[in-house]
Amino acid sequence: MMNTVKTPAAGAGQRTTGNTAARYKAGVLKYKEMGYWVPDYEPKPTDVIACFRITPQEGVDPDEAAAAVAGESSTATWTVVWTDRLTAAEHYRAKAYQVDPVPGSPGQYFAYIAYDLDLFEEGSIANLTASIIGNVFGFKPLKALRLEDMHFPVAYVKTFKGPPTGIIVERERLDKYGRPLLGATIKPKLGLSGKNYGRVVYEGLAGGLDFTKDDENINSQPFMHWRDRFSFCMEAVQKAQATSGEVKGHYLNITAGTMEEMYRRGEFAKQLGSCIVMIDLVIGWTAIQSISEWARQNDMVLHLHRAGHGTYTRQKTHGISFRVISKWLRLAGVDHAHAGTAVGKLEGDPLTVQGFYNVLRDSYTVKDLPRGLFFDQDWAGLRKVMPVASGGIHAGQMHQLLDLFGDDVVLQFGGGTIGHPMGIQAGAQANRVALESMVLARNEGRDIANEGPQILAAAAKTCRPLEAALTTWKDVTFNYASTDTSDFVPTPSVA
Amino acid sequence: MRITQGTFSFLPDLTDEQIAKQVEYALQQGWAVSLEFTDDPHPRNVYWEMWGLPMFDLKDPAGVIGELRECRKAHADCYVKLNAFDSTLGFETMRMSFIVHRPAEEARYRLRREESESRLVRYTLERA
Repeated sequence: MMNTVKTPAAGAGQRTTGNTAARYKAGVLKYKEMGYWVPDYEPKPTDVIACFRITPQEGVDPDEAAAAVAGESSTATWTVVWTDRLTAAEHYRAKAYQVDPVPGSPGQYFAYIAYDLDLFEEGSIANLTASIIGNVFGFKPLKALRLEDMHFPVAYVKTFKGPPTGIIVERERLDKYGRPLLGATIKPKLGLSGKNYGRVVYEGLAGGLDFTKDDENINSQPFMHWRDRFSFCMEAVQKAQATSGEVKGHYLNITAGTMEEMYRRGEFAKQLGSCIVMIDLVIGWTAIQSISEWARQNDMVLHLHRAGHGTYTRQKTHGISFRVISKWLRLAGVDHAHAGTAVGKLEGDPLTVQGFYNVLRDSYTVKDLPRGLFFDQDWAGLRKVMPVASGGIHAGQMHQLLDLFGDDVVLQFGGGTIGHPMGIQAGAQANRVALESMVLARNEGRDIANEGPQILAAAAKTCRPLEAALTTWKDVTFNYASTDTSDFVPTPSVA
Repeated sequence: MRITQGTFSFLPDLTDEQIAKQVEYALQQGWAVSLEFTDDPHPRNVYWEMWGLPMFDLKDPAGVIGELRECRKAHADCYVKLNAFDSTLGFETMRMSFIVHRPAEEARYRLRREESESRLVRYTLERA
C-alpha cells in the first residue's frame, strides 16, 4: 500500500483555521496558521501527492517551511486576502501533512503535501507543473527545494493517453523480442554532410544495430539541412533492412523552432517510411503532448532525448528528481526516454537509475525507498516507456548493463560503435554479439554479473570485432561518485 | 546473406542442446513455447505458418525439441522460429523469438526504389 493514503476523515483540515473572521483579518499569518499544515490529514485516494526535499533557512521551523511550500504551490499569497471567503478555500488549499528528517542530512526534510484533484486540469502536464513547480522554487524562506517524487491517483492518470506505441507494440512492430535493442548516436554530432551522415547510419545498421540516432542538437544547421539528412538516412535504413531482413530505424530528430515546422518534418519522415521520430525535452511539455498525439495518429514511435535535464535533476538539494520527470513523460506520452546508464560517462547511481526505469516500465510501481520511490503508483494500463541507456558505454560492460536493466531497454553505444578500430560495421557486430551471447548465458542460468568478462572473452574467440572492442576499451571506466544518490542506503559507484 | 531476425542470429547456429536450455528458461518463466515456419522471412511477413498451437501445457523441454525435429524434417527448405509467449497482464506478447532452422540457401531481398517528385523515393523490399 501507498504511504499514508486512506479514506478522508470527515472535515479533515478544517480545524486549524475555519472560515472565521479571525482567520481573515487583514495582515500576515504564518502558513501553518493559514491551513496549509494539517498533521492529522489523511490523503484521499483521489489526491495528487508530492514529496519535496526542503532545506529551510536558519531559524525556519520545518513544519512552517512545509506549509509554505504547500501554500505557494496552491492557493496562498504572502498575505491574507478576504476573497478566499468567496471560495471553498479549505478544499483548494494544498495540505502538508508529514515532515520527516532526511537520513544522514541534517537540516533537510522530506515534506509530504496532498493536493485535491480539482486543482488540476485534466490531461495537461503544463497545468500540473505550473502548480507544483510554478513559483515555489524561488521562495526565500527556503535555502533549497527539490521535488523528489509524486503520486498520481488513477482518476488523474486516466486523463492522459500516455505513450503512443509503448514497449509491447514497439517490439511487435519491430519483430524483436527477448533482448535489449541496440542503438548508436551518429558521431561526430556536428559537421557531417547529409551524405556522409547517412553513410554512418548505413554502416551501423548493416553491421547489426537496430537503431541509429540523431543527436539532440542535430536539427537543420548550415552543414546539413533537415530534408537532406532525412533523405540520406532513410536510404541507409531501407538498404540495411534489405541486407539483413530485419526491421531497422533511425531516430529522425524533428525538434524545430515552431510546432508547425515540427509537424512538417514529421510528415516528411512519414513519407519516407520512417518508423520513428525524435524530440528533445527542451521543446516543452505542451509541445511534447502535441507531437505525441501526432505520433499516435501516424503510427510513429516517439523517441525523447532528455536534453537539458541535468540542469535541474542532478543536484540533490534543489530541482526535480528525474523520477518525477519520468512520470510526467509517461503521462505526456513518449515511447523512448533516456534514463541513464549507471556505468557510463554521465551521472547516475545504479539504484537511483533503476528507480527511473521502474517508473517508465512498471504496470504498478511499488514503493522502494532505496531506489528513491516514495510511493506506490498504479499506472492503470498506461503503456510502458522504453528506457534508453546512452553515453560512454561499451561492449565490455554488457553483463553489467543486462544485469542492471534487463531486456526492455535500448542500449546505445555511439563512440563504442563508430570508434571501433576495424570500422563501424565491426563495431556494431561486436556489440550485437556481446549482447546476444550475454542474453544466451543469462537464460542458461549463468551468473552474468560475476562471469560476464569470461562470457565475453569466450564469445570473442569466434568474433574478431568483439575481441578488438574488448581490447580497445578494456580500461575505460568513469568511476566518479554520483551526486544524485539514495538517501536510504550507502551508494557504491559502479565502474 | 544471413537473415538476422530473432534473439540470437548473430551467434553461430544454436545446437539442440543450447535450444533446450533456452526452452527450459522460457518454461521456468511460465511462457508457452510455439514453433512457426515460412519460406518467406520478409521483415513484414508477420504471420508465419504455425506448427500446431502454442504448447501451453507442455512442461518438458524434450517435448519441444521433439516437435522441432518433426517440423524441421517436414519443412527443411523453410525457416523455423521458436517463440515464447507470456500471457501475463501487461505483456500478453512474445518474450523471446529466435530462428532454430534455416534453409540451405538463405532468402535474399532487394530494395526497389520508386523515384518521385523533389527527390522523394518510395521504397519496397521484394524477394531477389
